[in-house]
This record gives sequence, structure tokens and C-alpha cells, in this order.
Amino acid sequence: MEAMLRVEDIRKSFDGTEVLKGVSLEIYEGEVVVIIGPSGCGKSTLLRCINGLETIDSGKILLRDQVISEKKKDQHLIRQKIGMVFQSYDLFPHMKVMDNLLLGPTKALKRPAEQVREEAMEMLKRVGLYDKAEALPRTLSGGQKQRVALVRAMLMHPDVLLLDEITAALDPEMVSEVLNVVIDLAEQGITMAIVTHEMRFAEAVADRVLFLEQGTIVEEGEPETFFREPRTERARQFLQSFTYASARKTVKRKG
Amino acid sequence: MQDSGISVLFKGINFQRLLLGLWVTLRIALITIGISLALGLLFGLLMTRKNRFVRGFCRAWLEIVRFMPQLVLLYLAYFGFSRLFGWNLEGELSAVLVFSFWGIAEMGDLFRGALTSIPTHQRESAAALGLTKRQINRYVLLPQTVRRLLPQVINLATRMIKTTALVKMINVTEVLKVGQQIIGQHYREPSVAFWIYATVLLLYFMICWPISLLAAWMEKRSE
Repeated sequence: MEAMLRVEDIRKSFDGTEVLKGVSLEIYEGEVVVIIGPSGCGKSTLLRCINGLETIDSGKILLRDQVISEKKKDQHLIRQKIGMVFQSYDLFPHMKVMDNLLLGPTKALKRPAEQVREEAMEMLKRVGLYDKAEALPRTLSGGQKQRVALVRAMLMHPDVLLLDEITAALDPEMVSEVLNVVIDLAEQGITMAIVTHEMRFAEAVADRVLFLEQGTIVEEGEPETFFREPRTERARQFLQSFTYASARKTVKRKG
Repeated sequence: MQDSGISVLFKGINFQRLLLGLWVTLRIALITIGISLALGLLFGLLMTRKNRFVRGFCRAWLEIVRFMPQLVLLYLAYFGFSRLFGWNLEGELSAVLVFSFWGIAEMGDLFRGALTSIPTHQRESAAALGLTKRQINRYVLLPQTVRRLLPQVINLATRMIKTTALVKMINVTEVLKVGQQIIGQHYREPSVAFWIYATVLLLYFMICWPISLLAAWMEKRSE
């Protein structure tokens, strides 16, 4: 089977610092790949390179066997096939939820608004925001905004969806309402590359885990094995940083 | 002659003369604001350029405008240029030149501020939807810029209208100058000055107040 998305040995430097040092990966149709790693390891840069927000210094990126990493004028056509949701709430603040949702499909894809609206309502219902279609983004909570952002990206029917730490800026109690939507998308068979710090979520959603450190993929594996028995020392140390030694002690009480 | 005070306003064509003066004021202000908006947008775009020379030039222009009293600039354009270069600029033309010189820089700085205040992830998330550059500008960036900008632009416009009162110093017969002429013709009636100046104030107020209300309303709406 050919990969939906293929990244071949890409390199990227910012001001002389190499952030991606030859990264290669494939994502197959319907597969969910989770990329984890310490901050500054290049995870976000990797996603940004894939949809052309950053240009790569060398290497190649292919979507359905077509090279998409060469700087061309029709970058927007490529981006129509690659959805992306960011960490910051990136809804357009001057538009109601529904107008946020309609913008891409009607302007970029030239689909008739009525048709998209119907589909949008259905998806809003699915993420529990049926009653928010006419609301302005500023009246929504962070978790609601990110759910709308997910719907907005999905309405473009992308070949692959990139999620860049979409819960990192959320209050803890809102994280799960967003991640449950992502789990739902995974169950629907949406192809995704997900960067996250939520390890439990990663384990639940991933078909495959990539561990990225200092711009290279250090380990790759199925979630069951990766999270229980990582093969590399670096991955072990990284996973360890999410657990704490017990501080429980026996306290003698008076009386 | 007895002191007729307020009645002078309605004597002969005095009130019409004041209104004609007001029209001169407005004409200068409107032309200047129009020029400042159009060229100020260009100026603002230049200010966001990376080129150091371009930015330095804009910065210098803006600083000069902010340091220099408008009145000195008016004298320079009206009297100075004619002595030095033999350019006999009409009063009204000098006024439009000087106020535009000021307005372009100030409007430009407002445009620059609004343009740079929109977070980059707005552009990026619009790009991620597969919109073209033009669509991103039209549907995402420009509406947000205009919303942030309108109240400030309107405030600047009212300041420009008020500042046109200075042009009487270079022999332009605008509303204030007309008022003084009327007062001069009735110099034996001391209370005339009060009524005329009060009327001039009221005329300015009638123009600037609705504009400021509009600005306040927009500011509230854009929050």
C-alpha cells in the first residue's frame, strides 16, 4: 500500500540552528500517528513544514505520491487537502461560528453555502455545539473554540489532518471534551498526525507513535509497546518525566 | 449704536457668511482627510516593510510631524516657500499640503498599528484552510484591521477638523476668520464677540460631536 503522506529526509534550520535533522515518516490512509517528544524537539516545525507554513531546506514531502514541498504558487491548493488545527484558538473573531465554518468550503472549494451549512450543522451536533452556530467566538470557552476549529478543518474534507498541541492552551477540565472529538474522528477513519503532550490520550488514539528528539525520530512503535516498554533509553527517560515518585509517608497521629 | 448682541447673528447675511466660512473649513478638512486616508494606507504599508531605509524614512517623517507645531508648518508653506522658492501657494492649498503632510504620517501609523496587531496565527489558520493570499486579506485580515482602526481614524479626523482653525493665520477665510470679520464690523457692540465665538464653537461642535459619538459607538461594538 502506498502512503497517504510521505516525508523523506527533511531538514530545516532557523538562524543556523538545525531543528529538523533529516526526518522521514509515512502515514497511511486511515492511520493515526502521534508524535511526542520534549519541547523544542521539532514536533511543531515538522507539522508546519508538512502544510507549507515553513519551507524545508532539503528533503521531500509527498501527498498521494505528489511532491508538495516545492515552493509553488498554488500552495493554497495543497493546503486545501491538508487540514491543520493549532494550539492557539484560531477562530476568526469577527465571524459567527457558522461563518467560520463556511469560509473555507465556500471560498476555497467554491461549494454552495446551503449544502455546506447542512453538513456543518450535522458536525456541530456531533461535537455537541448544535446551539452555537450563530454565536461569536468570544462567547465560547476554550474547549468549545477548539471543537469548532476541528469542525472547521474537517469541513474541508482533508486527506490528512494535522493537530498541533490543540489542548496545550486549555484549562484541564476542557481537555477531554476536545480529545474525545479527536477520538471520534479517529474512529471514523480520518488520517491524522497529532502532536500532543497528553500521554493517556496518545496511547488511546494512536495507531503508531513517533518519538522525536532533537530533530530526529529516535523511536517508533505501536502504542502498547512504546508506552510500556520503550526500546530506547531516551524515550524511557521522557516517559518517566510524566510520572512522579510517591511521597506518601506514614504519619503518626497523636492520641 | 446700541449693543445688539445676539441679533447681529441674524443681521443681513451674517449667518450665511458664517456658514460659508464653515464650508471652507469643511472643504479643507475633507480634502485633507481623503488624501490622508489614501496615502496613509500606503504609508502604513511602507512602515511594515523590512527595508531599513524605507522604515527610517517613514519614522523620520512621523517624528518631524509630531515635533513641529502645525502653525509653523503653515507659515513655512505659505510665507516661507514664496520667499525662498518663489512659490506663491494659495492659503487653502498650503493648508491642504501641510495638513496632509501631517495626516498621512498619523494615519499611516494607525494603519501600521492595526496591521501588526493582528496575530500571525490568524493569517496561518486562514492559510491552513486553503484560502489564497487575496482571500485571506479580504475575508480575514482586512475586516479585523478596519474594525480596530475605525474609532482611531475618526478621532484623528475630528482633530484634523478642529486644527483647520489655524488656517485663518495664513489668510484663509474660514469660519473663525468670518466670525472675526463680523465682530470687527460691530466693534462698538462688545457683546457681539461673545455671541459670534459661541456660535462658531457650536458649529464646530455640531460637526465633531456626531463624529465622536459614532467613534464611541464603534469602539463599543468592536470590543
